[in-house]
Amino acid sequence: MKYFIPKDSAAVSIGAEQVADALTVAAPDAEIVRTGSRGLYWLEPLVEIEHDGRRIGFGPIETDEVSGLVETILGGKPESHPKYVGRIEQLLRDQGQQRLTFARCGVIEPIDFDAFMAHGGTAGLRTALDQSGQTTIDAVKESGLRGRGGAGFPAGIKWQTVHDTPGAEKFVVCNADEGDSGTFADRMLMEGDPFTLLEGMAIAGVATGATRGYIYLRSEYPDAFQTLNEAINIARRHNLLGSNILGSGKSFDVEIRLGAGAYICGEETSMLESLEGKRGLVRFKPPLPAIQGFQSKPTVINNVITLSSVPTILAHSAATYHSLGINKSRGTLTLQLSGNVARPGLYEIPFGATLEHVINELGGGSASGRPVRTAQVGGPLGAYVPASHFDTPIGYEELGERNAMVGHGGVVVFDDTVNMAEQARFAMEFCDLESCGKCTPCRVGSVRAQEVIDQIVAGHDIEANADLLRELMELMAQGSLCAHGGMAPAPVLSALNHFSEDFGVREPAEIN
Amino acid sequence: MEQNSDTERNQIRDICADHIDQQAPLLPILHAIQSRLGYVPDIAIGEVADALNQTHAEIFGVLTFYHDFRRQPPGRHQLKVCRAEACQAVGGRAVWSAAASAADNGSGVDVEAVYCLGNCACAPSIQLDGHTIGRVTPDRVSNIVTGANQTRAPS
Ligand SMILES: Cc1cc2nc3c(=O)[nH]c(=O)nc-3n(C[C@H](O)[C@H](O)[C@H](O)COP(=O)(O)O)c2cc1C
Ligand code: SF4
Ligand code: FES
Repeated sequence: MKYFIPKDSAAVSIGAEQVADALTVAAPDAEIVRTGSRGLYWLEPLVEIEHDGRRIGFGPIETDEVSGLVETILGGKPESHPKYVGRIEQLLRDQGQQRLTFARCGVIEPIDFDAFMAHGGTAGLRTALDQSGQTTIDAVKESGLRGRGGAGFPAGIKWQTVHDTPGAEKFVVCNADEGDSGTFADRMLMEGDPFTLLEGMAIAGVATGATRGYIYLRSEYPDAFQTLNEAINIARRHNLLGSNILGSGKSFDVEIRLGAGAYICGEETSMLESLEGKRGLVRFKPPLPAIQGFQSKPTVINNVITLSSVPTILAHSAATYHSLGINKSRGTLTLQLSGNVARPGLYEIPFGATLEHVINELGGGSASGRPVRTAQVGGPLGAYVPASHFDTPIGYEELGERNAMVGHGGVVVFDDTVNMAEQARFAMEFCDLESCGKCTPCRVGSVRAQEVIDQIVAGHDIEANADLLRELMELMAQGSLCAHGGMAPAPVLSALNHFSEDFGVREPAEIN
Repeated sequence: MEQNSDTERNQIRDICADHIDQQAPLLPILHAIQSRLGYVPDIAIGEVADALNQTHAEIFGVLTFYHDFRRQPPGRHQLKVCRAEACQAVGGRAVWSAAASAADNGSGVDVEAVYCLGNCACAPSIQLDGHTIGRVTPDRVSNIVTGANQTRAPS
């Protein structure tokens, strides 16, 4: 019997390792494959078996349930187990998930190169090697793929700029800083299917003429660091990386650089400074990193998920990818649902589902059973969307109209016990703490905003201070050099405008 | 003490020599020093500056910009507690308070606030010596801090 148990750090954080240990005792002859996570975290630790050629899951499994589980399975009636969840592929399909970028994550052992190949690995890179860089770039453009790191810039256009900029040396930098709270897709992919990221980076290199890649990885992810390191070594042995990739005579290699606990280094120009061994101060743009990036050379900078989505686009077709989604948001979003929600996890679904659908249908509403009051959409710089706006479809422009954003795809759910003045203050604490310090509205404004919120909450001159807070937010939004200071007002203003009662403010301002 | 800092100095020089051929090696060097010595001692500033042909001010500026680098020897255990939103939504504030007050009692555990460990779907989250632990409660985190205090540091 073959068992599958995740080695994903989040699954391990709630006992997957102990379950695996118990299984080796309860079923000493069993083959145990340690996979990434399926992203169905409410079912973790999830144990899967292969039954009639299909994967069947049980979860969440406690350590003391393991021997009983083995008995039930060996008894030939797996469906009679109380934790039986049936076929995982079917469950994903029922949720409307389309696992394109995450096709292999949770399915195979992350650094088993043969398994990677058996599940379609390198098909995208082979396509890229068989065609001109321009053809690849055209396909990325046609797919409609936009940056999944936050800004949503079309990936193909960025690649075109790097391609068209002359330079003897060019770079691909993968942004694996994943600093946004409520997001974990990068981590899951790097721990669960690292070859896909390396393949995506190699494709970016081949298409644009870059021969060196860096992965800027946050230091909070030690497991991803280890898995990626092992994957890079294995990839070199199989010529997925190196001086003769897949026998093409082309070279591309990757090195990991660890961040050092600075949120702002997720901003691309700050990241370049950091990669160059400096303080992570944000750079003025222009010049664009695509023209003068790492070491002033043309540089592709993309998020982990952006790069990891390219192999499937090339392996199938740009048109297939583009056929999913709505308006200018094409393909799948790797949505990460967390906070006070019954079924937190990774949902890879086409753009266009409403927040209502995601939070209440897929997520099952709050975990506490209390009414859902709001969700913060798009990370710590994203707005708090009130439940009355959950009819908004998830798309770059669609959320933008509500002053929210797709960002890196995080949706954090809160029930009605949340204190929105506290959340607003926290947004400014965070802005203050992680400001790079280069410009005044962000560095000083975030400190002043905390003081003003404290005044409001203490009941001092509430209306006048609320006006002052709005003015200050306007100043930060307009006067900050980067989106750290520029977007941080979004959570504050959304809290103040939609939940003015939590601030003691009488007149709700114009609501949009 | 003197001898101690001489060995440290030699280790730092070795680390610099190992990294000198890399592009922009400063962060990798600082990480290597911290992982070898547990912190980045003041003598590192001059040593690294000399090795990289940079000013002391440049090295100092980088060292102090990043939250990760410690300039004092660490406690026996490092506990990172997530204070960010997804954890807040399921009781993370109470977990932080419990960790902070348990650590206050001279526990030898360094408690540090972090803002997301990428473990949001299994929140509230903490990370003890690099191992993430999910769905923690205030009681559990207090016990972890007190318990970690009693066990020896792993190697
Ligand atoms: C304050 C701030 C933090 C950011 N953090 C991240 C991050 O952690 N990961 C990421 O991929 N992009 C982050 N970004 C966005 C990057 O600047 C950049 O747009 C992105 O890496 C480009 O890749 P993409 O086009 O594939 O999204 C951040 C931006 C800002 C302003
Ligand atoms: S907005 Fe903040 S983080 Fe961005 S450049 Fe200005 S000070 Fe730095
Ligand atoms: S918000 Fe706490 S782990 Fe992500």
